[in-house]
Amino acid sequence: MTLRLEVNPIACTAHGLCADLVPELIQLDEWGYPMLADSVPYHLEAHARRAVSNCPTLALRLTRVRARRDNRKAS
Amino acid sequence: MSPAHARQPGHGQQRGNGRTGLISRLTAGWHESDRPASLHEHARRYGELPPVHRGRVGGHDLIEQVTAAGLTGRGGAGFPTGTKMHAVAARRGPAVLVANGMESEPASGKDQALLGRAPHLVLDGIELAAAAVGATTAYLCLPRSRAWLADIADAAIRERQHAGIDTVPAEVRELPHNYVSSEETSLVHWLNGGEARPTATPPRPFERGVRKRPTLIDNVETLAHVALIARYGPSWFGEAGHADSPGTMLATVTGAVAEPGIYEIAGGTLVGDVLMAARAGAGVEAVLVGGYFGSWHPVSQVASLPFTRSGLARAGAAPGAGVLFALPPGGCGLVEAARILRYLSDESAQQCGPCMFGLPAIADDLTQLAAGRPDGDPLERLGRRFRQISGRGACRHPDGAVRMAASALSAFAADAHAHSRRRPCIAAHRGRPRTMLLPVPQPATEGAWR
Repeated sequence: MTLRLEVNPIACTAHGLCADLVPELIQLDEWGYPMLADSVPYHLEAHARRAVSNCPTLALRLTRVRARRDNRKAS
Repeated sequence: MSPAHARQPGHGQQRGNGRTGLISRLTAGWHESDRPASLHEHARRYGELPPVHRGRVGGHDLIEQVTAAGLTGRGGAGFPTGTKMHAVAARRGPAVLVANGMESEPASGKDQALLGRAPHLVLDGIELAAAAVGATTAYLCLPRSRAWLADIADAAIRERQHAGIDTVPAEVRELPHNYVSSEETSLVHWLNGGEARPTATPPRPFERGVRKRPTLIDNVETLAHVALIARYGPSWFGEAGHADSPGTMLATVTGAVAEPGIYEIAGGTLVGDVLMAARAGAGVEAVLVGGYFGSWHPVSQVASLPFTRSGLARAGAAPGAGVLFALPPGGCGLVEAARILRYLSDESAQQCGPCMFGLPAIADDLTQLAAGRPDGDPLERLGRRFRQISGRGACRHPDGAVRMAASALSAFAADAHAHSRRRPCIAAHRGRPRTMLLPVPQPATEGAWR
């Protein structure tokens, strides 16, 4: 099990707070929207949680994924 | 008699498991009249609608039949239809069926042609698929801009009501006509009273779709194939096409071809053979494969490949909804790509940042490049922006746009390099006219999402 950051791209309005709180995992693109690292290493978990809880539009979340993601059933 | 034998002469060839080339199944009898086939003509052509009882047709489980036939979605994604039907049927409670006839791809015309000529084939498929997955409601979604199509569908539905053949009669719904409105989640959102814009997934429609019910969404051509599989069975279906792409598919072939139009081809037919059937001009050097979300290629790269997902994957292409556009020798691929990108950018649902800001940015870059008036290094900038935008929208809109733009840069690499050094278009340089060729519809009016 690893942790992974996910953003709801519709809810995100580019406040950019998340990139300030955990720059190791989140970088902003040229328009200010977050680009996320693939997985959250253990030592950055607390920072990632802080970024999630501080997102003004609640667009960011942490999810638990199995090492290999299951293929989705239907597209 | 099954319509498989009504194929047009000349092009069929034995290759692998089944025949390839032009085959008339869905298109049987289209040349006889330019009106929609009546219920009577339809029954004469294909036989009566087989009775369905608890998901079984003639003693067979329809979902198993569809799975065994190997039918895949004809709307562009190519997902196995049987698997999708099974996923919906396995959920609790009554389901909803949505037939997707939106065909928002400007370079495609096959769904309109199918509904316009053989509406009962699609309506048979709706009735059968609804029964198979336990749907109690069925919608046929059409774009509001094509009222003539809704009229044809409504008339056909009335004919069927009169004959009393449907247990789940289709209800026509006319949606706003935007490029992204044909996306599965857009249909569900609109049918639930929202806007015809994509929504974030999960839940996916098969889990919780229209009115929170499990929802099967299939392209209208896919449903027409279901109607034939129910009648003639999976082995008949596989008499046409390769093992990895059985059956037939409708393709829209336009551009520099003497006979543009809709062609029904067996799975595995070579791109070159499809172009030849439409009598592509000898000077055609490049094609757009798969539509506005597709990719540009030199003809030499794709002509000998099967027009299938697996075949085209070798060139990094995909058939999409079966679109081939032959770029005329005088046309500039970069100009066309820039125009398509501007259109796709205007058609963004304006919900996700990378799409909302990224697509106009790459449309600007491509436009500058095509005009030979680059600001800085547009090729470097485009490469960086492609990487930034891909995979970051709620739907596939930005990914499709990036894919098309990136393919144009590689298919027209010589032109792109010349343009980026402020040299004029090679096509124009040869003294040929620089023409604008692909249809780019007017963007939807502001706020027309409901």
